[in-house]
Amino acid sequence: MDIVKLNIDNKPVVVEKGTTILEAAKSVGVNVPTLCHMKLHDVGYENNPGGCRICVVEVEGRRNLAPACKTECTEGMDINTHSLRVINARRTVMELILSDHPAECLTCVKNGKCDLQTMAQDLGIREIPFEGEQSHYKEDKSPSIIRDMDKCIMCRRCEMVCNEVQTVGCLSAINRGFESVVAPAFEMDLEKSTCTYCGQCVAVCPTGALSEVDNTRKVIASLVDPSKTVIVQTAPAVRAALGEEFDMEPGTLVTGKMTSALKKLGFDKVFDTDFAADLTIMEEGTELLGRLQKHLAGDKDVKLPILTSCCPGWVNFFESNFPDMLDVPSTAKSPQQMFGAVAKTYLADQMGIKREDMIVVSVMPCVAKKYESGRPEFAVDGNPDVDFSITTRELAQMIKGANINFDDLTDEEFDNPMGESTGAAVIFANTGGVIEAAVRTAYEVQTKKKLEKVDFEELRGFEGIRSATVDFDGLPIKIGIAHGLGNARKLLEDVQAGKSEFHAIEIMACPGGCIGGAGQPYHHGDTTILKKRAEAIYREDEGKEIRKSHENPFIVKLYEEFLGEPCGELSHKLLHTHYFDKKKKVEINND
Amino acid sequence: MAKYNNHILVCGGTGCRASQSEEIVENLKQAVSDNSLENEIQVVRTGCFGFCEKGPIVKMIPDNTFYVQVTPEDAGEIISEHIVKGRKVERLLFTDPENNEHIADSKHMGFYKKQIRIALRNCGFINPENIDEYIARDGYAALGKVLSEMTPEEAIKEIKDSGLRGRGGGGFPTGLKWEITHNVEGDEKYVVCNADEGDPGAFMDRSILEGDPHSVLEAMAICGYCIGGSNGLIYIRAEYPLAIERLKIAIEQARELGVIGKDIFGTGFDFDVELRYGAGAFVCGEETSLIHSMEGLRGEPTVKPPFPSVSGYKGKPTNVNNVETFANIPVIINNGAKWFSSIGTEKSKGTKVFALAGKINNVGLIEVPMGITLREVIFDIGGGIKDGKKFKAVQTGGPSGGCLTEKHLDIPIDYDNLIASGSMMGSGGMIVMDEDDCMVSVAKFYLDFTVEESCGKCAPCRIGNKRLYEMLDKITKGNATEDDLGILRNLANVIKDTSLCGLGQTSPNPVLSTMDNFADEYLAHVKDAKCPAGQCKDLMEYVINPETCVGCTLCSRVCPVDAISGDKKQPHEIDTTVCIKCGACMEKCKFNAISIQ
Amino acid sequence: MAEIKLAESKVQELKEVCKKFNYDKGELINVLHAAQGIFGYLPAEVQEVVADQLNVNIAHVYGVVTFYSFFTMTPKGKHPISICMGTACYVRGAEKVLDEFKRLLDVKVGETTPDGKFSVSSLRCVGACGLAPVVTVGEKVYGRVAPEDVKDILAEYK
Repeated sequence: MDIVKLNIDNKPVVVEKGTTILEAAKSVGVNVPTLCHMKLHDVGYENNPGGCRICVVEVEGRRNLAPACKTECTEGMDINTHSLRVINARRTVMELILSDHPAECLTCVKNGKCDLQTMAQDLGIREIPFEGEQSHYKEDKSPSIIRDMDKCIMCRRCEMVCNEVQTVGCLSAINRGFESVVAPAFEMDLEKSTCTYCGQCVAVCPTGALSEVDNTRKVIASLVDPSKTVIVQTAPAVRAALGEEFDMEPGTLVTGKMTSALKKLGFDKVFDTDFAADLTIMEEGTELLGRLQKHLAGDKDVKLPILTSCCPGWVNFFESNFPDMLDVPSTAKSPQQMFGAVAKTYLADQMGIKREDMIVVSVMPCVAKKYESGRPEFAVDGNPDVDFSITTRELAQMIKGANINFDDLTDEEFDNPMGESTGAAVIFANTGGVIEAAVRTAYEVQTKKKLEKVDFEELRGFEGIRSATVDFDGLPIKIGIAHGLGNARKLLEDVQAGKSEFHAIEIMACPGGCIGGAGQPYHHGDTTILKKRAEAIYREDEGKEIRKSHENPFIVKLYEEFLGEPCGELSHKLLHTHYFDKKKKVEINND
Repeated sequence: MAKYNNHILVCGGTGCRASQSEEIVENLKQAVSDNSLENEIQVVRTGCFGFCEKGPIVKMIPDNTFYVQVTPEDAGEIISEHIVKGRKVERLLFTDPENNEHIADSKHMGFYKKQIRIALRNCGFINPENIDEYIARDGYAALGKVLSEMTPEEAIKEIKDSGLRGRGGGGFPTGLKWEITHNVEGDEKYVVCNADEGDPGAFMDRSILEGDPHSVLEAMAICGYCIGGSNGLIYIRAEYPLAIERLKIAIEQARELGVIGKDIFGTGFDFDVELRYGAGAFVCGEETSLIHSMEGLRGEPTVKPPFPSVSGYKGKPTNVNNVETFANIPVIINNGAKWFSSIGTEKSKGTKVFALAGKINNVGLIEVPMGITLREVIFDIGGGIKDGKKFKAVQTGGPSGGCLTEKHLDIPIDYDNLIASGSMMGSGGMIVMDEDDCMVSVAKFYLDFTVEESCGKCAPCRIGNKRLYEMLDKITKGNATEDDLGILRNLANVIKDTSLCGLGQTSPNPVLSTMDNFADEYLAHVKDAKCPAGQCKDLMEYVINPETCVGCTLCSRVCPVDAISGDKKQPHEIDTTVCIKCGACMEKCKFNAISIQ
Repeated sequence: MAEIKLAESKVQELKEVCKKFNYDKGELINVLHAAQGIFGYLPAEVQEVVADQLNVNIAHVYGVVTFYSFFTMTPKGKHPISICMGTACYVRGAEKVLDEFKRLLDVKVGETTPDGKFSVSSLRCVGACGLAPVVTVGEKVYGRVAPEDVKDILAEYK
């Protein structure tokens, strides 16, 4: 290994050749501020355009200042990270950025969580000596994401994530110079673009330029409406991250406190999306086994591999990118929608209320869920199965707004019947979790044997694309896993080309799966947070008494009392869906 | 060429073509055939002669008579008088402004006397659309010599020894660049010619490509041999249709003749050239931007290193040189490094082509030895300031450069001296300004350009230049304070210090150099709300002096907005609420009755 | 944005161009040049076709189109007027000439008159600095233009 010796702020530093000044400085505890740079270590991507110029440092003998994020250390370098020249430059650049940024911090969605705000504070900016034109763009409000590009600082993180990590490619830098901004083609609204609402752009935006649609007001309005029965479901990933919003260590499980807070907020029933996740396994697992058995029986037309369909970002992705493959994914609805469909039929009946008087709220780690809940096919006579979807962050905001001291809450249990869940459902939050849950059930159904060891370590991990073969009592079942849509695309292209060997593939749009969802507390580029959340989820699974979906007593009861059998007639009506070709086409005039 | 007794060279450069030189060619050919002289006289459309001020130019060979400002109607007379009767057409000869005498031979004109033409050696001498004419002037001899007699290392050494530095502006030693690319391991390497001349007011590269395209092709092949690459790409502005046309012809002819293509001269060396088009982005003159543009991307620069020599086009080692740099190569190979390095100054060898323009008598394209003074260029070659006005400044280096003044006139021009004086060589634009030019406005003009051309990638360039422009605008409107000047200077320095690429790192130069050299003028705008040059519209009013106005009505007729009223033979008046301050009235007034206040 | 229908023959021609360039993404700028040559400008629908043919995202195509000033998304006027704003022309008064065109036609730079007759653009150096300030209308070059000449130039095309 080649090494390089240099001095940073008069401290001798030894680093590996190829190390940037930024990394070298960090290694000796010197924190050079950055704005555009973001390294997603565990996802394997880096946003490093060298564009914000906040991280400039003085290198002895160099004519101009060097961007620490893009400059490699060389032997004998003498670096000053906070000379007067550097501080003056950094402040001036920050003043420039702020001179083209709306001064509306107090009402900004990112107030208190904004990288730009923090840095302006750190640099001690008190006034801006530059006056002049400010950029103005029309606000673009889609069902999930709001783009307020007046607040864009051209860090290009969203563009990188959208193009390189997710390969959605709906965003690009457009125009040039002062007019440049990141936008969809023709500055069309996101809703008209190929955006999947995965929201990873929101997750990485350092300012309030990209944010989720805020549904908290609507939820509160429902809660205070005496004519409504308001029930809530919480997705598995939320419990592993919500604590971060209250300054708890990443990876703290707050299931009981969360339930308690929701009850305090006034929800009539606090249920768990995990219940619906178990239900999903029943449906999707049955579908998988059905296709598998046909395949084994020699049916050439059967579509394999089966693809999971719980992730709405992923559904949007294949609808616009692989419209020729709409019959490949499972037809099972996502847990959120299964929950809504069952709640507004079975549960409403049990509770003796009308569909219209029930409000279903979901708390999700996701912004695409907002769009999903509004899909017209998920409504009956215009009444949606899920009325409002809010993110983990929005829930935290509601708790804070209601003066609830989250730390002091005592744990409470979910309500029943739709609050009971298994460990299989909990791991839906992690990449590989859905397929692991499916395997736990499918194995026992297929082999009629009891699974001794329910932990499938081979399906876990953080690598973007993983594969494993699970032995179904002599029948090798090949499983693929992808998280991040770019990785999904690679597997999909194999399927499209008929080269895929898998029987089943799990796909999650967000890196890490739902624990890395765009509605989760901001990770600010620190992907170790995602790993801690994932570990917490596996801990929750381990602590569960029942760890296989088909053993959930309330699920068994639901089929007995209401649904009949998995993939049966009523299940099909309530729990399955179909997909649409959303690829854009150009109209051509025959001369 | 030899079979004709006489050649008539007609300038086919863009400037002359805009003044109907194509029609002159047609009419000359017609006149030749009318006189049945087809077998004796050849009419040749050449590249630019350089003396654009006096275009269109027609030159008679062998007697070197140089006709200026020729019109298509003059063609018949040129043939009947000059060719048939052997008499020069006196009225078309250049008139020496010093003594009003006619000069027939361009060698004796002030404009040409001090020039040394290396890069422009063939411009105006050969038909750029005929490879034989290039070959007749030692064309492709250098390539032959390199391929048959020299190793790549030897050829690189020759270029290094010549002291040639990049003519695109940066001034990086060309031989060293080649050597670096040569030393990088790589199965595939690229030679790129940067012909994206974007500097407003500069047309050196265009003239070379239009007048002598083969010199660039030959040099690219030599470069390919030296670095170990077989692929040449010319990145050329789409706004240069004539240059593109001539390059296409040249590439085709060179391929036909086998001087580019497979197994050149039977040496086993392959080299071919393709064209790539720019699409109007000044920043693409920067190497990394240019490469991204060729890859079908937005022309945004990336931080160097890695340099293109290591990772360039498609990630392969790529050597990028500009047109003028390449045009020097064959001559260096043919005449030797020693000869080349005998021209110029200690650290800047050879010549430099400049596009001389602005408030100067002889606008045109010139090539002068390094070390010549600005005074010689402006007054001897350029013929001094137009309309007898006073010299104020000369801007070199375009939007990256600065304004030099009276005190810099005797500094020998080379890379280092220009930088030391607060400007830079740049690609070769040289704009002369007179007493009527407001230097704050000039700085603003360049910033307007930079703001429009900034790619937007880095914050200091994207926002900083916009703010610089706005502050300059505030000054020209009389709304700025002295404090603003301090903020302006700090901002300019920070933009230089922190911008990502060469565009932003140099864009404040026009501001800083004018602030340094014309501090009084800035102060006059700020403290007294006055524009000493009378250019800033917001700081002036046009008024008619009733004492001197005779009521001729000329001003009121020329006024585009009918702001001037008055009866015939009575003093006129300007309605300042309507006046758009275009200055047309003042220009037309024969009685000096209109002035700026 | 008004939606337009493209003529099939022109789309076919564009597809041929893409084929000629081997559907190579790296040739995007060359393809856009050709497309602008075929259609006269680059409306959204043309960009969609290019994106589809070269298998690149439409956002990327739009990002490239809007980066380069040579590409335009609005059709030019019947008589496109370009005023050279190179430095040589600028110091010889090109700005006043430009202002006069803008005033008389009541358009901004980059716009086309409502009747589609004239469009006004500024460009950087046509390389005819000897004739500064220079104006081009279509192919025709006007040299040493003064503001008061503008009326007459326009009259030639009315």
